[in-house]
Amino acid sequence: MSTQTIDQDLSPGTAPAGDAELNSLDLLESEAIHIIREVVAEFERPALLFSGGKDSVLMLHLATKAFWPGKVPFPVLHVDTGHNFPEVIDFRDRTVERLGLRLEVGSVQEFIDSGELSERADGTRNPLQTVPLLDAIARNKFDAVFGGARRDEDKARAKERIVSLRDEFGQWDPRNQRPELWNLYNGRHTVGQHVRAFPISNWTELDVWRYIAREGIELPPLYYAHEREVYERDGMWRAVGPVSQPRPDEEVVIKQVRYRTVGDMSCTGAVASDATTVHDVVREVAASTLTERGATRADDRISEAAMEDRKKDGYF
Amino acid sequence: MSTITETPLDAAPLEQSTLFRFATAGSVDDGKSTLVGRLLHDSKAILADTLDAVTRTSADRGFGGENGSTQKIDLALLTDGLRAEREQGITIDVAYRYFATDRRSFILADCPGHIQYTKNTVTGASTADAVVVLIDARKGVLEQTRRHLSVLRLLRVPNVIVAVNKIDLTGFSEDVFRTIETDVQAVAAGIGLDDVVVIPVSALEGDNVVERSAHTPWYTGASLLELLETLPTTDELERGLEPFRFPVQLVVRPQGALAPELTLADDAGASFRDYRAYAGQVASGAVAVGDEITVLPSGRKASVVGIDFAGRTLEKAVAPQSVSLRLSEEIDIARGDVIAATGTFGEVSQDLYAELCWLSDKPLREGAKVLIKHGSKTVQGLIRAVTGKLELESFAYGQASGLGLNDIGTAQIRLASPVPIETYARHRRTGAFLVIDPQDGNTLAAGMVRDHPGDHEDERYAI
Repeated sequence: MSTQTIDQDLSPGTAPAGDAELNSLDLLESEAIHIIREVVAEFERPALLFSGGKDSVLMLHLATKAFWPGKVPFPVLHVDTGHNFPEVIDFRDRTVERLGLRLEVGSVQEFIDSGELSERADGTRNPLQTVPLLDAIARNKFDAVFGGARRDEDKARAKERIVSLRDEFGQWDPRNQRPELWNLYNGRHTVGQHVRAFPISNWTELDVWRYIAREGIELPPLYYAHEREVYERDGMWRAVGPVSQPRPDEEVVIKQVRYRTVGDMSCTGAVASDATTVHDVVREVAASTLTERGATRADDRISEAAMEDRKKDGYF
Repeated sequence: MSTITETPLDAAPLEQSTLFRFATAGSVDDGKSTLVGRLLHDSKAILADTLDAVTRTSADRGFGGENGSTQKIDLALLTDGLRAEREQGITIDVAYRYFATDRRSFILADCPGHIQYTKNTVTGASTADAVVVLIDARKGVLEQTRRHLSVLRLLRVPNVIVAVNKIDLTGFSEDVFRTIETDVQAVAAGIGLDDVVVIPVSALEGDNVVERSAHTPWYTGASLLELLETLPTTDELERGLEPFRFPVQLVVRPQGALAPELTLADDAGASFRDYRAYAGQVASGAVAVGDEITVLPSGRKASVVGIDFAGRTLEKAVAPQSVSLRLSEEIDIARGDVIAATGTFGEVSQDLYAELCWLSDKPLREGAKVLIKHGSKTVQGLIRAVTGKLELESFAYGQASGLGLNDIGTAQIRLASPVPIETYARHRRTGAFLVIDPQDGNTLAAGMVRDHPGDHEDERYAI
């Protein structure tokens, strides 16, 4: 094999030469790749939760690095609320196609149509994702599911292990977690149990954006400032769309906005922004005085412990 | 003095930002949550919406009231994560928190201080570059302090800091501080812990936490944050000192299943037809192209012909980089093997003598069958004997035939197959292992390999 070939044709990143000083992003990247490889080595049927959001896109990028020059050796799973941004679904499909991956979809809409789930009064579908997620895990016999969750996102996630055991019901028991020691991850589980693995647990939102900038990772266009019809509700800018309609007293305006998270359209808010490039976004995130979820996620406002309660039920 | 920046991007070139992991240890009333809250708050890691929520809850609980405190918020609320923790005012488990200054990104393992101290301290400290032990200035060195320091000594935490908290409640007394400092150093010397740094702080008022305090003119050392910004990391301390060790995680042999940019049909892809590399994370030391290596446990030798990282080739890799190695010989190497610098490894053994921190309610008994996870290898093990239990008061080993939750002891373990294992004293990363319950898969203990009693080190480690 020729060294030149590799250097010329394939240089996705700007990873340092070995003797260069490793910075914080290099260390986080190295840790994440180690975890991804451990899970792939120790489990029969891993899968990656992939929504097209920046954290799962980052995860997929790390996975391509972990197994290069081989392809990513596991399928991706999207739990589709049916209320997604079309730009994100388009991005999801293009990414799966580009990397030659298998896409499994768990559909909230199908569960609603069949009567197994019922629409909530507030129209939010994020909490409804748990049932299709667990169904897809069981149906595909996945024994390890990668997620792009980060501990800085939420106080409940701050408590979760990197490799986190879930019982037959997909439940997380925060009081009975295995100690996680050194960089030795224990993935032993019994039939019916599975683990959730969070290789980017230790990344912050700013780390994620700096890494996206450094690696030149493509994201759905929603993450960059664009003009959009929005209305204000609960202090958040909601996009006007088929599942997200203003009430009569809510005025629709055209604003320059971007998204810090891309989830369900019915509960994800946009932030006013002029950040049209990745470097603008890095600067904006670095200077922001609001947390990512506090700024843009209505479902986390349902109660003080919304995330914890969802996770105990099997959410990621 | 350190400066905290609100816009790290402009002020801090990322190239200079390193990662530092630290943990806290302290008992319930030492003010640990307040110290953590103060560090997060004063380093501007708490964003406005979180601060608003905490301010509201603090007001509900009567903070900022008439008791003369200058504190408007209950800093401890910043770290209470779970519903039960907020309801009961206790901390259930280790939480991880993040903040950054212009010099470093910090990962803080925020460990609960209640009675399960050993379990939580071991968990938080196993990955820590530093541990901050809290002492209440009014109480001085307690039994608990000795326990904490003993555990940190066992775990070989590279940097130990003792924060003498609530110094404001002693009227910022130098005498009080000097007495405690002397006591701490005496305990540290007694258990063989070097270079313990002692700092007077008030977590509540912020003295010497981020900024050096005008209230302690007699203290000329650094603030807690300044120390955390400047202490060396484990990797920095060990770089260049430890020989190369590389546990193989998996063999990368893509054959037809190449990354999408590569197809066997074109020139770029064709060169990967016979690609074979060994993926892993450098556990210690460094490796360069051309280095002679030995594969353990087989003992086969080869040289490194390539170091790959995601489409790039490197001349050299250092701990803790995750890379793939290509070797000069087609030798049989599998997950669980260790690639080591030739001539640096003494022997592989089926017998372990180890320190165990028992972390489970299920007690350890002699004759128990367990699983041992070391590096990327998991093997069966038999507990042949429990040879002692550490009395934390005296730091001496007493007789024992078993270990219970939070006990630390020594045991002899027979392994089902030979494993390239080294002492924790020499290799913090390669001398550690997990003890796992083969039935339910739970982690039972943190293990640290010791020399066999009576062994002469030089006989075990051929140079």
